[in-house]
Amino acid sequence: MESLEAILAGHSFFRDLEQKYIHLVTGCASNVRFDAGRFIFREGEEAHQFYLLRQGKVAIEVFTPHRGHITIETLDEGSILGWSWLIPPYNWHFDARALEMTRAIALDGKCLRKKCEEDHDLGFEFLKRFAHIMEQRLASTRLQLLDIYDVHA
Amino acid sequence: MTYTHERGLETADLVLSPMIPQQFVIQRVRRETEDTFTMELEPETTSASFSFKPGQFNMVYVFGVGEIPISISGDSSEPRSLVHTTRAVGTVTKVMDKLKKGDCVGIRGPYGVPWPMDAARGKDIVIVAGGIGIAPLRPCIYAILRNRENYGKVVLLYGTRTPSDILFRDELERWRARFDLEVYVSVDRAMSGWKGSVGVVTTLIPKSPFDPHNALAMICGPEVMIRFTAMELIKRGVETNQIYVSMERNMKCGIGLCGHCQFSHYFVCKDGPVFRYTDIKENLVKWEI
Amino acid sequence: MLFRIETSAVQSLIEALRQRKYNVIGPIRRGGAIVYDQIASTNDLPKGWTDEQRPGQYRLRKGDDDRFFGFAVGPQSWKQFLFPPTLKLFSVDRNGKGFAVPTKNRESAQARPEQLAFFGVRSCELYAIAAQDKIFGSGEYRDPYYTEIRKRLFIVAVNCSTSADTCFCSSMGTGPKAKNGYDLLLTEVAANGAHFFTVEVGSPAGENIFKNVPHVPASAEESKSAELVVSKTAAGMKRSMDTSGIKELLYANSEHPEWEKVGGRCLSCANCTMVCPTCFCSTVEDTTDLSGSRATRTRTWDSCFTMAFSYIHGGSVRTSTKSRYRQWMTHKLASWIDQFGTSGCVGCGRCITWCPVGIDITDEARVIRESTSREREPQNTKEK
Repeated sequence: MESLEAILAGHSFFRDLEQKYIHLVTGCASNVRFDAGRFIFREGEEAHQFYLLRQGKVAIEVFTPHRGHITIETLDEGSILGWSWLIPPYNWHFDARALEMTRAIALDGKCLRKKCEEDHDLGFEFLKRFAHIMEQRLASTRLQLLDIYDVHA
Repeated sequence: MTYTHERGLETADLVLSPMIPQQFVIQRVRRETEDTFTMELEPETTSASFSFKPGQFNMVYVFGVGEIPISISGDSSEPRSLVHTTRAVGTVTKVMDKLKKGDCVGIRGPYGVPWPMDAARGKDIVIVAGGIGIAPLRPCIYAILRNRENYGKVVLLYGTRTPSDILFRDELERWRARFDLEVYVSVDRAMSGWKGSVGVVTTLIPKSPFDPHNALAMICGPEVMIRFTAMELIKRGVETNQIYVSMERNMKCGIGLCGHCQFSHYFVCKDGPVFRYTDIKENLVKWEI
Repeated sequence: MLFRIETSAVQSLIEALRQRKYNVIGPIRRGGAIVYDQIASTNDLPKGWTDEQRPGQYRLRKGDDDRFFGFAVGPQSWKQFLFPPTLKLFSVDRNGKGFAVPTKNRESAQARPEQLAFFGVRSCELYAIAAQDKIFGSGEYRDPYYTEIRKRLFIVAVNCSTSADTCFCSSMGTGPKAKNGYDLLLTEVAANGAHFFTVEVGSPAGENIFKNVPHVPASAEESKSAELVVSKTAAGMKRSMDTSGIKELLYANSEHPEWEKVGGRCLSCANCTMVCPTCFCSTVEDTTDLSGSRATRTRTWDSCFTMAFSYIHGGSVRTSTKSRYRQWMTHKLASWIDQFGTSGCVGCGRCITWCPVGIDITDEARVIRESTSREREPQNTKEK
């Protein structure tokens, strides 16, 4: 059974992060589990955590009056879920729902946020990593917007 | 005194012109999605057979209407069967869409450079299909499955606009059930009830189970999707010269004489439609080339 | 060996060809231009006429002498006979649920194969025919009409005794002296009161026809006069194109601002592609008769300048005029080399003369070559 610290240290998101920070992050981490169909967070709720998905599938959704729940994107194991804990006003903008039974490591965002303010080096490391994820998600979203399979010019 | 071509016109009939189609009879028409259909054809002459390589296309003729290039989407080991999957989006395809069993179409082909099945031996294969791009890749998958021991890990990544645009659903589910083939499908837009992946097909690449250092990739789909897919594969570590793409251009003859399909100095009908990514990557990003 | 013939012997040459059942095609004056059509005698030739050509301009006027070939090239090229503007490819008849190629056509066609003799082909045009030989006659798939007619073609070439302002064959290495690809080569000498032709035999077929034409060996002086005609023509050529490294130059400059400039002038009228002797693009049209029982496929000339040329579902690949001009010029001067091993341009100058706004391909090439990379706009910036 791998320790939480080992799992975090081995994940690409935390690559090249100093050992002391890995240790600090582990102190804010815990294993969580969501049954299929359970919401992980809801739009508008306060964002105090983020998740490293270890198994399962999560749908990022938005609810609209006429079309119901629309899945914008799905995330699989290994993905990082949630960055609103790091960016004011620290509220979730979308729903996240487990499509299958999902195991994840939850990280205490409120606690880490405080530590980032105290130690800017740590803050920079987090922002660097999230900037990279956001860039990837933005590029994918742009491609989705292009509607490239559509016939019309 | 004026020179006219009237005499000349009949001279053309005299020789067996590569522009004259052979007749094929429709055995079956299958509706795949709202605008996409598959025709299963057989040569009119009972003794005749048709052989092709995965990735090649035919010029398909509808009596009196016109002729268009369509990739062959069937099994290259079936000598009497010729399968074409196409969308009904233009004059010719809209008429083709109304043809039934027993009707005939004209076929000229097969033409073009096929998928590199020989170069793929011994490697992990990554097949990335976008939309109807899965049609020219299906013969490739059939060929791999027929000689499965010649290849390493085989991964099919398939992206469509919505779940209702997914082609060959039954086959995809059968393939996915195999232990020696990984199939991942993702849609750009989900509808309620879809529990599969949502996101562009490129998002499936980073975690696909293949060894990038011993992989050969084959991509077919809209040009934008080809560019981003290639980029993502290279990011993952696939060597640029192991990526192959299938291109599409306007074709009037299919045999390198009408000039329509030129893409830089390449004729897509005879230098393609399958190209090595390294050979065309500069031109892929040039506008209106 | 060089021979000399009287001007009257030119008539014998035409007659010798006609006797052998050749359909002789040569230059005639029609509609204010010199075009190619059937001729029966030297009286059909534009004797004494010459042309004045400039970018976007073409005029005929009476020349200073009675030369048979005292002009450069006109709006037509020989490709219209080997690669006709309209050609029926086949007809099929409805047959139950299918169709069948009618046999009637096949039989009647066998009776009359076409045999043409081109009379008065210039050096640039010989290169153009050679270029189309490569396209239509040497690939994996060949055009059967072209190869049939080409097999039976007899060429009487003529060395140019005058060049138009728009000619630039010298710099393209395609003239003005014809080197090969002909059955007979004439040089018209009209100077110091004398008027005669020298003749070179280029093939056994040429020899066969020529023996019916009264001729004597040319004297050293006559030979020299003939050479002088050609060198004078070469010297008088004002336009030129620098082709050194032009393939790499054009490939590397697909985003050059000059394309935007020339795109703004170009009307996309396709004149250049129609008058160009090497342009080979075509399209097919499928039609039926009124009863819907017979369908015919016809091949017609097409041009990369049309909007529909590059159409695939979703739209055309080249929607801007600029991109279509760039395609034509890059294909002609650069891609052609990768495709066929030679330049697609033979320096005949027709595209310059017949462009309604006088776009000059030699000028465009020069502008791109002479400008520096500093002037080039960064890639992927769309203007406006």
